[in-house]
Amino acid sequence: MKATVHVTLKDGVLDPQGKAIGNALHGLGFGEVGEVRQGKLIELEIDGNDPEAAKARLDEMCRKLLANPVIERYAIEVAS
Amino acid sequence: MKSCVIVFPGSNCDRDLATALALVTGTAPMMVWHRETALPDVDLIGVPGGFSYGDYLRCGAVAAQSPVMPAVAEAAKRGVRVLGICNGFQVLTEIGLLPGILMRNQELCFIGKAIELKVKKEGSSFTSSYEDDTQIRLPIAHHDGNYFADDETLDRLEGEGLVAFRYVDNPNGSQRNIAGIVNPERTVLGLMPHPERAVDPALGPTDGRPLFDGLMQALS
Repeated sequence: MKATVHVTLKDGVLDPQGKAIGNALHGLGFGEVGEVRQGKLIELEIDGNDPEAAKARLDEMCRKLLANPVIERYAIEVAS
Repeated sequence: MKSCVIVFPGSNCDRDLATALALVTGTAPMMVWHRETALPDVDLIGVPGGFSYGDYLRCGAVAAQSPVMPAVAEAAKRGVRVLGICNGFQVLTEIGLLPGILMRNQELCFIGKAIELKVKKEGSSFTSSYEDDTQIRLPIAHHDGNYFADDETLDRLEGEGLVAFRYVDNPNGSQRNIAGIVNPERTVLGLMPHPERAVDPALGPTDGRPLFDGLMQALS
């Protein structure tokens, strides 16, 4: 199975990198751009064919390593 | 005082820390490769600066999962002193020995220079050889030193006197100018500045020396 984990900063956590990207886009003439937030996309190949079991394991992976709950939240997708 | 220094792939201040410890204690610390699962019998564990695992994922996140880290956490529980400097501080937050996290510097630049800090003694052996509220100068060298924690945690750190080092002129956007914190038992210190680079008069100021002297007095 293919799984995707999106790790993003929680609301209220300052994102200097997102801000720099926004400023660069403004410099390129994309004036319509408002706030920019940068995150991470992690793609994983998962053995097995039970998406629900995989999600539970991925949740554990996120809590143990892939995301830091102090500043980040995560979303898990499993495509069977 | 018996000490050891943990070495990860990508550590680059492990020798600086070993040299400082050897200078102050008269004995070279044991260098412990991160694949080890047991630690030598020591009074102090140093988690050095550098770029463990290339700062992949988050600074210190992969090092925090190294085989040696459960032994470090267990020793910390027993009261063995743990000193995490720079990347070492990041590792200690990732394994939960200290709260919060070190984020990308506010101005996004790597900063390598000497900065001014205020020291609070607050009953910790890491700061016992400094005058309370004294101002010292230590080098910083980091890209991710912007200390972040939620307001509740920050209030607790300040209320319990756990902020040992504060920037006088905040270089990186750290919440409440925090440069270094201790755990409630005051046996674990994490700080972004490099005291181990400021112990030898031949190399400039020696404001890092009292940190090691304090440990030496407490642990010998």
